[in-house]
Amino acid sequence: MLGWELPPHNSGGLGVACYHLAKSLAKKGVDIEFILPYTADHSEIDFMKINAAHPQDVEAVLKAGIAYDSFKYVKKDGEVQWIDLFGQSALYEEAVGRIAELAEFDVIHAHDWLTCRAGLRAKMLTGKPLIVHVHSIEADRAGKEGAGNPLVREIEGLAFMLADQVIAVNQHTKDAIVREYGIPEDKIAVVHNSIDEAALVPQAGVNDYVYLEKMKAKGYRVVASVGRLTIQKGLVNLLRAFAKVVQYAPKTMLLVVGSGDQYYELIRTAAELGIGDKVLFADFQRGKRYRDAFSVADIFVMPSISEPFGITALESIGYGTPTLMSKQSGAAEVIRNALKVDFWDIDEMANKITAVVQNDSLRDELHAQSYREWERLSWDDSADKILPLYNKHTTGVTA
Amino acid sequence: MSKAIVLYLHVHQPYRIRHYTVFDTATRHDYFDAPYDSRESNERIVHKVAEKSYLPTNRRLLELLNQNPDFKLSLSITGTVLEQLEKWSPEALQSFKDLVATGRVEIVGETYHHSLAFFYSREEFETQVEMHKKKVQELFGQTPKVFRNTELAYNNDLAYWADKAGYKGILAEGWDKVLDWRSPNYVYRPAYTDNIRLLMKNYKLSDDIAFRFGDRGWSEWPLTADKFAHWLSEDQNATNFDLFMDYETFGEHQWEASGIFDFLAHLPGEWLKTEGHQFMTVSEACDTFQPTDQIDVPQTITWADTERDLSAWLGNGMQTSAINSLYSLQDKILQSSDLALIEDWRRLQTSDHFYYMCTKWFNDGDIHAYFSPYETPYEAFINFMNAYHDVRYRLSEKGFEV
Repeated sequence: MLGWELPPHNSGGLGVACYHLAKSLAKKGVDIEFILPYTADHSEIDFMKINAAHPQDVEAVLKAGIAYDSFKYVKKDGEVQWIDLFGQSALYEEAVGRIAELAEFDVIHAHDWLTCRAGLRAKMLTGKPLIVHVHSIEADRAGKEGAGNPLVREIEGLAFMLADQVIAVNQHTKDAIVREYGIPEDKIAVVHNSIDEAALVPQAGVNDYVYLEKMKAKGYRVVASVGRLTIQKGLVNLLRAFAKVVQYAPKTMLLVVGSGDQYYELIRTAAELGIGDKVLFADFQRGKRYRDAFSVADIFVMPSISEPFGITALESIGYGTPTLMSKQSGAAEVIRNALKVDFWDIDEMANKITAVVQNDSLRDELHAQSYREWERLSWDDSADKILPLYNKHTTGVTA
Repeated sequence: MSKAIVLYLHVHQPYRIRHYTVFDTATRHDYFDAPYDSRESNERIVHKVAEKSYLPTNRRLLELLNQNPDFKLSLSITGTVLEQLEKWSPEALQSFKDLVATGRVEIVGETYHHSLAFFYSREEFETQVEMHKKKVQELFGQTPKVFRNTELAYNNDLAYWADKAGYKGILAEGWDKVLDWRSPNYVYRPAYTDNIRLLMKNYKLSDDIAFRFGDRGWSEWPLTADKFAHWLSEDQNATNFDLFMDYETFGEHQWEASGIFDFLAHLPGEWLKTEGHQFMTVSEACDTFQPTDQIDVPQTITWADTERDLSAWLGNGMQTSAINSLYSLQDKILQSSDLALIEDWRRLQTSDHFYYMCTKWFNDGDIHAYFSPYETPYEAFINFMNAYHDVRYRLSEKGFEV
């Protein structure tokens, strides 16, 4: 299995999804070697073998920041070199090629475009079937049909074409792959992500967002959004909607947790909309403060322009808070008991948020019902959909 | 010995609330006027149901009445559907009038707005029953003598009320837990009453027609009129088979292609060919048969779901908070003397609005069992509450403190 990150060294949902998927597949008897592009301690993972792929003359590859930043290469002679994403992807390819020639395996399972070149090389060298697992595609990351970095698009298009099997994490992504790259529909399986109760940060003590808790005691209601602050996440629309909400429900606060290239733009936008005093930016958080951001809220909003899955929406339900999600998210295909809006429909977003902050009965029923769905979710169901694909491409037998 | 089929059909359409947002509140008051092509358009739905159900069914019922002098049936038609037919399908309304004009179709009394007012406000309930009576008198020249409450919601209090109000009969679900060892195929007397009679729906036989008729997986499929008549004949001592169902069973719930109209067309002939077999209206059944026993129903029963209670309408917090909010406005609404405002408030009382907010089947993914113009129960609640806030706003504009 080729992946770009694993927790705890992850920047987002991709690493988490790879981790749980591998774990459930391993539980069902799949022997997995997971190849990462960086060196890190993963000794707590015992259900699969983890290997770092880096050039022979390199001692260690260190992750400097989040997923889309440069990597720091420490060569054996002590020299340090910074390499960007494309360079890194190419070096990863070369290293995976070397591992592939030595290792014994039946299937190459590659996650997202960053590992696609490596996946293709491994397939070329060994003739083993390649399954490309698509968590998001370039056009969605760029927020527009036909858009994105042309080099990334070329890698994606080529890999999807040459792969034996494509897996999309939701119907929306599958449709986008067909639209953007003309891949036949029957080559693309949809396997939704899931969530594990064990993945939740355990509850501990009083909520860290003390100010918001105190405001709630004074009759305020809290709206929260957690995620990377990038165009894809659609937060500008949430701010615009929220500006309308407070006209009808002035005792409402918005908590935004996350960092990213839109951080300052969003702060400025909030100020321009006149809601600077009602929006709290809490930066990137992990652990208890990550959990508490969901817990303190009356409604969690995921306004993404496109969202491969949107694990945060499921985490929110697990942490006790109902969700409003954009119809353009994978989670919206999985959870019935959620409020759903088109990401561009600011008025409807405001209408629904206002309804929740004004009616505790709506909030409570929405959460109670969504939690019943949440309890039934399992990564094992996702693994059960992938196993037959493995069989199909190794033995030719479809289970 | 005489033995009767008591066929009773319920006709109703609510005023569905359009997609009505917080931005509409206090700016426009047209909650019930969805654009024609939307799912919540009342006008479009009335056109569709009239065409698929009311007109073809009434045409066949009229034929049957003309062909069989002994065929009879009872109908309940809510005020909200009568109004909508007046506006959008006068020909369907005329077809109901033609049935009643035969003299063998009885109209059953109920609340004008198909509301649950009995459980929230006796005063409002009585007003709506009176409104319905007037409407029926005006359109059909009849005065209802038998009463049914919305969703067949029934308990001892309701029977007591109906008895005092002078009705000769009242309808209820023939639910096993109430009947115990007894059969629904007799006339009963409600506990704590003097004169009124209780007719109890035989839900097994009724559901054979209303729900199972078109189900090819059902062991009795296909159900023919002679088979059905034969089943009824097998109960030697029964006096009345109370077949109660939604009128829309014919042509809407069971499509024409299922053969439901043929079944209906053959039933009178198959049943009446045996000596002593009859059709009766609900009043006739009450007049003809002596009560065999008394029925005590302290807890409310309805004709819905496996629970046969009000939980489909009042089972979750959204439903109870919405209905409590609505009835809490009663005194001020009535004092306002603003007829349009009062009418909108009453239209919001229609039980369907609360049914649309029901979450208990939503999880099971059985979207077909979930009969609603909204995508989710939450949308139903949000539209309703925004309309409710507008009603409050209109009250405040009239100088009321809300």
